[in-house]
Amino acid sequence: MLDLLNLRTNMSTPESYIPILLQMGVAVGFVALTLSISHLLGPNRKTARKEDNFECGIEIKGDARFPVSVKYFLSAILFVLFDVEVIFFYPYAVNFKAMGWEGFMAVLAFVSIFLMGFLYVWKRGALEWEK
Amino acid sequence: MVKIGEAPEGIEGQGFFATSLDKAIGLARANSLWPLPFATSCCGIEFMATMGANYDLARFGSERLAFTPRQTDLLMVMGTIAKKMGPVLKQVYDQMAEPKWVLSVGACACSGGIFDTYSVLQGIDRIIPVDVYVPGCPPRPEQIIEGLMKIQELAKNESLRRRNSDEYKKMLESYNIETAE
Repeated sequence: MLDLLNLRTNMSTPESYIPILLQMGVAVGFVALTLSISHLLGPNRKTARKEDNFECGIEIKGDARFPVSVKYFLSAILFVLFDVEVIFFYPYAVNFKAMGWEGFMAVLAFVSIFLMGFLYVWKRGALEWEK
Repeated sequence: MVKIGEAPEGIEGQGFFATSLDKAIGLARANSLWPLPFATSCCGIEFMATMGANYDLARFGSERLAFTPRQTDLLMVMGTIAKKMGPVLKQVYDQMAEPKWVLSVGACACSGGIFDTYSVLQGIDRIIPVDVYVPGCPPRPEQIIEGLMKIQELAKNESLRRRNSDEYKKMLESYNIETAE
């Protein structure tokens, strides 16, 4: 009797979470039941054309999964890199006078690091498309 | 209180309401038509107004547009359908979920309209069965809404057996639409 009282007042025992488990079971069960009932009882007309992949109504040609040349990824990532570099110039241009010589030196350092990178990818031949 | 749908005829008593399954399902279908807007020209612009706040198609339970045929049961064809677009339209219709309805909006979709030329399909009913035609060039949103309400009427009163009947299958076959695998 004492144990039972303890069970009721002490919310941290594992047993007191059984209602939550039941609730979760009912929630999952309801979804599974309604989905399967509508699937089984709902009207459908299965034909080869209906089951085909939907590509905006256009006839399917080939597969989307084929190897793509690494050149595309290289150019894309380099573009993003230098594009972001240019984005940094906008706030700098707005604060050009306020930042003074100190800011100018910081931006110069930033740009020169990028320039080194640019020279590196150029020398490595990442920008040559036909090779 | 907002009235969402009219209750069908049935036997009413204290704490219960009984009606036929056809009517209950018809009520549900009619008030939850999910359109697939197949908008190819100016009727599509009118449709945009229809979906906007002034006309608000969502009042009819049709705010959930989808550009995939898998989740839609109302194909709204709005605009000129060129002959090259015909097979695309037919594929979209074929891949839609059952039961499905087709609303043909505007003179072009209904009959080719002013485009009486070699390149334009003279009415979409040459390739797919159409349930309701909305005339006009382009029709005003009110007309499109009336067309939708007519579709709702059809959905509400349709027998659950209709799409399994031989008559219906013959009609589909006359459009070269497969009825079974």
